[in-house]
Amino acid sequence: MNAAITTQSVLPWLAVAASLAVVPAILLCDKRPNFREFWTFAAAFLKFGIVLSLVPGALRGETVEWTLFSLVPGVSFTLSADPLGVFFALVASGLWIVTSVYSIGYMRGHAEKKQTRFFASFAVSLGSTIGIAFAGNLLTFLVFYELLTLATYPLVIHKESKEAIRSGRMYLAYALTAGLCFLSATVWIYFRTGSIEFEAGGMLVDGSFSGGELKALFLLLMIGVGVKSGIMPLHSWLPAAMVAPTPVSALLHAVAVVKSGVFGLIRVTGFVFGPDLMREYGLDIALACFAAATVLFASVIAMRQDNLKRRLAYSTVGHLSYIAIGTALIAPSALQGGLMHLSAHALMKITLFFCAGAIYVHAHKTEISQLDGLGRTMPWTFGAFAVASLGLAGIPPLSGFLSKWWLAVGSVEAGREWALGIFLLSGLLNAGYFFPIVIRAFFRPPPPENGNEGHHSPLGEASPWMVVPLCLTALLAVIFGVFPDYPLPFFDLAYNIARDVFAGSESLMSTLP
Amino acid sequence: MTDFLQASGAYVMCFFLIVLGLYGMILKRNYVKKIIGMTIFQAAIILLFILAAYKEDATVPVLDKVNIGSDPDAYVNPLPHALMLTAIVVGVATVGVGLSLLIRVYKGYGTIDEEDLLKEMES
Amino acid sequence: MTLHLPILILLVLFSGALFIPILSKLGTRTPWIIAVASSLLAFCLCLFLLFEVLEVGVIHYALGGWAPPIGIELVADRLSVFVSLVILGVSTLVLAHSRPSVERDNGENQVGYYTTALLAVGGFVGIISTGDLFNLYVFLEISSLASYALIGSSGKRSAVAAFRYLILGTIGASFYLLGLGFVFINTGSLNMADVAAILSEQGLDPVILIGAVLMVIGMGLKMALLPLHLWLPDAYTFAPAASSSLIAPIGTKVAAYVLIRLILGVFPTEMLTAELPLLDILGVLGAAGIIWGSVMAIPQRNIKRMLAYSSVAQIGYIALGIGLGTTFGLIGAVLHILNHACMKACLFLVSSNLETRGKGVEIEGLDASMRRDMPWSSAAFAVAAISMIGLPPTAGFFSKWYLLLGSFQEDRFIFVGVILISSLLNAVYFFRILERMYLGNPGPKGEVTASSGASGFLLVFSPVVLGLGLVLLGLGNAFIVTHLLNPMMPIAP
Repeated sequence: MNAAITTQSVLPWLAVAASLAVVPAILLCDKRPNFREFWTFAAAFLKFGIVLSLVPGALRGETVEWTLFSLVPGVSFTLSADPLGVFFALVASGLWIVTSVYSIGYMRGHAEKKQTRFFASFAVSLGSTIGIAFAGNLLTFLVFYELLTLATYPLVIHKESKEAIRSGRMYLAYALTAGLCFLSATVWIYFRTGSIEFEAGGMLVDGSFSGGELKALFLLLMIGVGVKSGIMPLHSWLPAAMVAPTPVSALLHAVAVVKSGVFGLIRVTGFVFGPDLMREYGLDIALACFAAATVLFASVIAMRQDNLKRRLAYSTVGHLSYIAIGTALIAPSALQGGLMHLSAHALMKITLFFCAGAIYVHAHKTEISQLDGLGRTMPWTFGAFAVASLGLAGIPPLSGFLSKWWLAVGSVEAGREWALGIFLLSGLLNAGYFFPIVIRAFFRPPPPENGNEGHHSPLGEASPWMVVPLCLTALLAVIFGVFPDYPLPFFDLAYNIARDVFAGSESLMSTLP
Repeated sequence: MTDFLQASGAYVMCFFLIVLGLYGMILKRNYVKKIIGMTIFQAAIILLFILAAYKEDATVPVLDKVNIGSDPDAYVNPLPHALMLTAIVVGVATVGVGLSLLIRVYKGYGTIDEEDLLKEMES
Repeated sequence: MTLHLPILILLVLFSGALFIPILSKLGTRTPWIIAVASSLLAFCLCLFLLFEVLEVGVIHYALGGWAPPIGIELVADRLSVFVSLVILGVSTLVLAHSRPSVERDNGENQVGYYTTALLAVGGFVGIISTGDLFNLYVFLEISSLASYALIGSSGKRSAVAAFRYLILGTIGASFYLLGLGFVFINTGSLNMADVAAILSEQGLDPVILIGAVLMVIGMGLKMALLPLHLWLPDAYTFAPAASSSLIAPIGTKVAAYVLIRLILGVFPTEMLTAELPLLDILGVLGAAGIIWGSVMAIPQRNIKRMLAYSSVAQIGYIALGIGLGTTFGLIGAVLHILNHACMKACLFLVSSNLETRGKGVEIEGLDASMRRDMPWSSAAFAVAAISMIGLPPTAGFFSKWYLLLGSFQEDRFIFVGVILISSLLNAVYFFRILERMYLGNPGPKGEVTASSGASGFLLVFSPVVLGLGLVLLGLGNAFIVTHLLNPMMPIAP
């Protein structure tokens, strides 16, 4: 529509550097945990502040850009904070603060080993996530994407049990293969078009690829981002990675890794291929089919899991594909819905994982069948759990409802009403696998205490380090459901992004409200 | 010079020597025989160069203004000779290094036969 | 003085080698000091020469004042000076690091090691800087003879490995000489530029083709290209630590560089490829080498042997890049020569540290105590391993980038597949070690056998510099490519 204004500023780099720079400090303060955590907080707040300062510009549709140097001749190492990037960075950096508070409670409450490695990897992960968010071209994206893989690997294997190592290997195998596919696609595009800058509406418009090649390219890129976003059949590392400590799962599932995957998905569909090409070659249908199947299958599998974290993991797989459907429907409202689901799901899923962690650390329960009556001893935790479950099932006035609403509007807009059925069915399935947990916790009587198990069902709540964050995220989920633009303008941002992406496709724009 | 292949059997002899040397280096099991093969191989290459410098009715490349004059055609090409002097030095040095290594092998294992060595190293 | 820079570099190295035995009576550490000092001095001179070349362009230096093509000339262009710089940098770091391991392996007699090491380095630099085909052979043999001696200088197994290397290496060098003979007979010249001019005028006849094939086979043997790689694993495994960490990063790369030089600067590439698919064969052998080397590296139980097989694979990358024959392919190959020199040096230095610390080089024997006792070495190893796998932002990623670009340019999708698969295979065998290093808890602190203090610093200095260098090279590769490599390529991209 209107030409995007680009300002030159080093701010995006500062946002990335904020968390990378504290890594040495964290490592040096190995023996003094309080200092170490101070660094984490300093970086988290600094980063959030920087991202926040980018928001007003992003709302006006401006892009803040800074090129460090040439990565290879012809491709610069550029971070450009466009509205989409700011949107994602806002989610990630905001939740990092909460997660940091929580992980201190978790790690100390659970007396985990190697906490220094944990916090250092955490900081690198977040740094690379912001890098992914702001990456201005495919190669910069890939650099941070691989960095994220490397940084999350120590987190996945944190427990160092046999199972954890196996999961770590699986994670690496999937993620490295994905990175390689993405790399080859990047090289291919660069070789053919000479440019790999992201562009709202697609960078591949001049027909330098034949139809078959485009499909191959799409497949490569989809494997690249699909692994991290857990689209079936590339999802199996995700439940396996559940052996990691809960804050890691929260990070993996809600903030950094999987969201980087779906963020990449949006970048690929909206900024590499663009709506027109997606439509023309039927790529949207292909993606939508996979995503829809993932939503349904994952929900069904989730119902059969007794392990709480595994159930949450499969639920994540399902919800990520909501976002994938949102991008695959090729309609502005659907994309907007997908984006809003990105932030909404992040908030709610992180709440759920926090709850799972709190239950594990405080009551030592990992299976859903053990949760009978626990809601009475841990009311705040389970209250938050209930709120988040309701939200994910899409009950108004929670934020999950709004995103689903827009997704539904989008599916009508795109003329693909069958998607409505998917959303409806999966909403029911969501309710089917979340509500029993809540009901069990609140309405079933606690199991009779055995003498020697007495200390396993302690009275009262978990440590406030854990309970406050999880209540906060639950509260935010409610607030964003009622006021989608306050305190953070996710709705407006999503609206702007959708408008930018579809600006080039006149026929699709006309349907925009 | 280009039609050298038709010229004479000297080149054929050269190649026979090269093949002989290679055979010795690759297929002989005894390490000393390998070194002998190597020497033959290198000598053959040296001969090839010298052959290339050879001219009918030409003499050694020492300028003799009185009897022969400064016509270059009257002398053989001195460059290959100079090159091969270097190559001979290199060859001698290689044989030296090879033999000194063999002495250490023999001191270590008591044999210089490849198969025996392999057996020794297995155990 | 700038006029004589090309020869000065060589003189410094060779006279260093000469002075070591003479001055060795001054103290046990004198050889080490002289070796490091001459290598460092040569490095500085080379850096100076690089600036000079960037400013004034190619410098031709006629040895002894004899004008080429009759006389021998040294050619200092961007490519050759840059590669020499890399080699001298790596060798300085390796030599500086070598003292503890040489003291361990050679005891009081360090003269032998440092003399031959300087000779080898001088030979390598000579190969790179010469503009004369026969002179190249002489330098090749100087460096090879020194390498045989370096490799064979530890136990009896190393003597056997060195002897086999000597036989195969001599075959390689002699093949080169034979091919050179054919070229010389046909053109009457030995100067690279002169030969190239004559050949592009008179075209290629069968004699030249045979010569070219022989030279390529000879260099293939020297660089351990796939079917000719048999000497390499044993040589690197059984050589003393200080020797393998000097030769493994540099030796094979120099041969690869000669191959590039032959293709870029001597034989007219287009005519050559029209006559016979030499480049295609190189590329396919390279691809096969990548897979074979990577697969063979996986089951190895000795780190040095694993690294040796991985060298075969990495040579495959270089051969693949040369075989592509395109600008991107050649850039990828040259860049990989550089990157691999740094990566392998770093990895071998860490394995040498393992020996020095008494931990041994069996992979089975590694555990978390390595991380505790040698945190810096472990970190350097991790960075180098990541670079070998080819993850950004390390150097290995970017050589892969250019090789992939070249493969796409030629529509060689199989090569794309090979490069990608080999990255995964690399990940398999390197993460196997990384897992051992970084997982689990170190047991109770045992006796640390190694010396600490100054030599402790020596042990970690070089690997850490190389590890940092890998990241810098990765991020700075655009500079290298635009300023140093692109101007050398036949067609600018």
